[in-house]
Amino acid sequence: MSLATPPKPGPENRELAILTPGQTAPVADPRALPLEIHDLTVSYHRKPVLWGIDLQVPKGKLVGIIGPNGAGKSTLIKAIMGLLPLSSGWVKIFGEPFQSNLRRVGYVPQRESVDWDFPVNVMDVVLMGRYGRLGLFKRPKKQDREIARECLEKVKMLPYADRQIANLSGGQQQRVFLARALAQESDLYLMDEPFAGVDAATESAIVEIMHELKSRGKTLLVVHHDLPTARNYFDLLILLNMRLVAFGPTEEVFNYELLQKTYGGRLTILSEVADAVRQKTS
Amino acid sequence: MLRQPKIWLLFALLLAGLLPAEAAKIGDLTDTNVLDQAWRFFSLRDPSLRAVLLGSVLLGVTCGLLGSFIVVRKMSLMGDALSHAVLPGVALGFLWNMTKDPVAIFIGATIAGLLGTMAVYAITHTTRLKEDTALGLVLASFFAVGICLVKMIERLPTGAKSGIDKFFFGQAAALSTEDLQLMTGVTTVVIAAVLLCYKELLVSSFDPGFARATGLPTRLLHHGLMLMLAAAVVIALQAVGVVLVSAMLITPAAAAYLLTDRMHRMLVIAAAFGVASGVLGAFLSFLGNNLPTGPFMVLAASFLFGAAFLFGPRHGTVARWWRQRSRSQRVERENLLKAIFRVLEDREFRGEGATLQELCALRRETIEQIRQAVRALRQHGMATFDEAGEAVYLTPEGWQRARAVVRNHRLWELYLTNEAKIAADHVHADAEEIEHVLGEEVVRQLEKGLAYATRDPHGRIIPSSAEILQDDPGRRPAEGMVGYGRKT
Repeated sequence: MSLATPPKPGPENRELAILTPGQTAPVADPRALPLEIHDLTVSYHRKPVLWGIDLQVPKGKLVGIIGPNGAGKSTLIKAIMGLLPLSSGWVKIFGEPFQSNLRRVGYVPQRESVDWDFPVNVMDVVLMGRYGRLGLFKRPKKQDREIARECLEKVKMLPYADRQIANLSGGQQQRVFLARALAQESDLYLMDEPFAGVDAATESAIVEIMHELKSRGKTLLVVHHDLPTARNYFDLLILLNMRLVAFGPTEEVFNYELLQKTYGGRLTILSEVADAVRQKTS
Repeated sequence: MLRQPKIWLLFALLLAGLLPAEAAKIGDLTDTNVLDQAWRFFSLRDPSLRAVLLGSVLLGVTCGLLGSFIVVRKMSLMGDALSHAVLPGVALGFLWNMTKDPVAIFIGATIAGLLGTMAVYAITHTTRLKEDTALGLVLASFFAVGICLVKMIERLPTGAKSGIDKFFFGQAAALSTEDLQLMTGVTTVVIAAVLLCYKELLVSSFDPGFARATGLPTRLLHHGLMLMLAAAVVIALQAVGVVLVSAMLITPAAAAYLLTDRMHRMLVIAAAFGVASGVLGAFLSFLGNNLPTGPFMVLAASFLFGAAFLFGPRHGTVARWWRQRSRSQRVERENLLKAIFRVLEDREFRGEGATLQELCALRRETIEQIRQAVRALRQHGMATFDEAGEAVYLTPEGWQRARAVVRNHRLWELYLTNEAKIAADHVHADAEEIEHVLGEEVVRQLEKGLAYATRDPHGRIIPSSAEILQDDPGRRPAEGMVGYGRKT
């Protein structure tokens, strides 16, 4: 990772405008920003999947990441956490490299990324959220269990604490992952498709928790695949398709032109969404 | 710690059952009986046997603990590849000073094992080949090199008596003091590592991405685990042999995986199974006048796995079969209860109980089948059976259950026709299945959703839950009340 000099601090409290690559970013105090990405490029087998991404995410916002399949949405999340090698650019979490600010980031991976037959129960998984704070070799204490229990209560999964994780529905599994992230007690949350394949009750429970986190000043970055709901769920949207197509307040970037740019030739989805947009805005 | 006492009972049975058979087969112990031999083996008086026993215990613990992580990380094939890859290292370690110096062999084997894993890594990361192919390649080529070297050593003047061939199938009796010291060292390190890094190993095995995101050194953990695995394979070589050592890693852990849903219990059970297989294998080999130990240890481990596979309380085949059987029997009983209800309903709940003839006609079964089914009902206290008069009378319990099943059936039919808009003549078959699985909570919701309707799509009355609950089986029905099919 090459550490370029951070951008110069600009005037504070400036409204976040729609950004397209090439424009200079309006910068708030860089120390206050939960997430700052500069010229980020990530490649798989030398083929770039993310290209020159610049982002400055302000505090206390619900940010949706949308884009077609293969747009690099999950890659962006992983790159932020240093799970992938960067070809160029840098990422800063609250003004520091990720490695020195691990505890301030909570992570909800894709549900399919793990083996649900693994011999652990719900409580074991949620306790894993405390591991980062415990440090090497230390066992979870009574206080950690108490926190894990509270987090399970928040996602309404406390009655299932002793269940083996294979005996849960998809929505319940997703809520366990959410509880684990809550147990991390972080300031910035990165969530990879938390709404994929969940039931309506889970979806509304997750939305409720996202708003609760936001009201406590937390920042959330959420990979999302459903355009119509994206419009209602998020304050800011990142439109991504290998490059940053647009980043800004939802009402400003959720429009036909930018979505078409993001989704390219996929007009069937686009026309549907465009209709939905027109109906809602007219 | 162990909540499956049945397994231990089974293991004891295996011991009791197997020993005489084995002794008779191997058969060169004609004068001494098995019990004397067992006493000699387990009493710890004979120093060489003590070494064998200690070696088997250490081996079992190490293999069980590491094997558990190998299994849950889906790295079982890696264990296999590793065990074959160490052979050239063993041979080279031997060639170092032409003796079975445990330290030289240990170093040689560990280096060869690590070279093998590096080769796998290099192949998967620089070509399009996937890991299974890379493992197969490395396993075979390293093993071939090893066999060539071993055969070469055997042709050397000092080689023939060296006992290097024992590394193929293992010989616990050949364990030297140095071997045991090495085994103790490796086992101590493994136990300490598992105790200290339990939570790190757990999270990095379950969700490596999350583990790295929380700052755990997952690569370091992985390499550490591979290093311990290589060491475990090497210390197990002498006793189990190259060919079967991976089975000692995987089998006890796989058996434990079938018996529990918690990682820490899996570790304990796997270690216990490892020890049991190791000791039993060594003992059987001793009974057979020092036959190769490896196959016997693996045989014992496989037997334990078979027992777990068949008799595991939750995931076992027998338990699953039993659950299915009792469920289908319940369905049978409920179907008969429903038939009795229908017979009574057809005559508007007047008169005596249902006769076998009537039930035959309704169920389209033979009288013998019905008789059997009625006996099952009687066994469960749902009905009384007048054998001579060939008539069935429901007990209050039976009456309540019969009406509940009929209610479920008719409610579901009504739900399908009203809510899902399915034609009334299409809904019966589906309701036949659903009536047995509807829980009381769902029934309440259905009743509410259907506005407490009293008639099903075919115009028959749906018994209501409120009514059914009033007929508490504890309370006897009022005298002369019709509908139970009881003799008055």
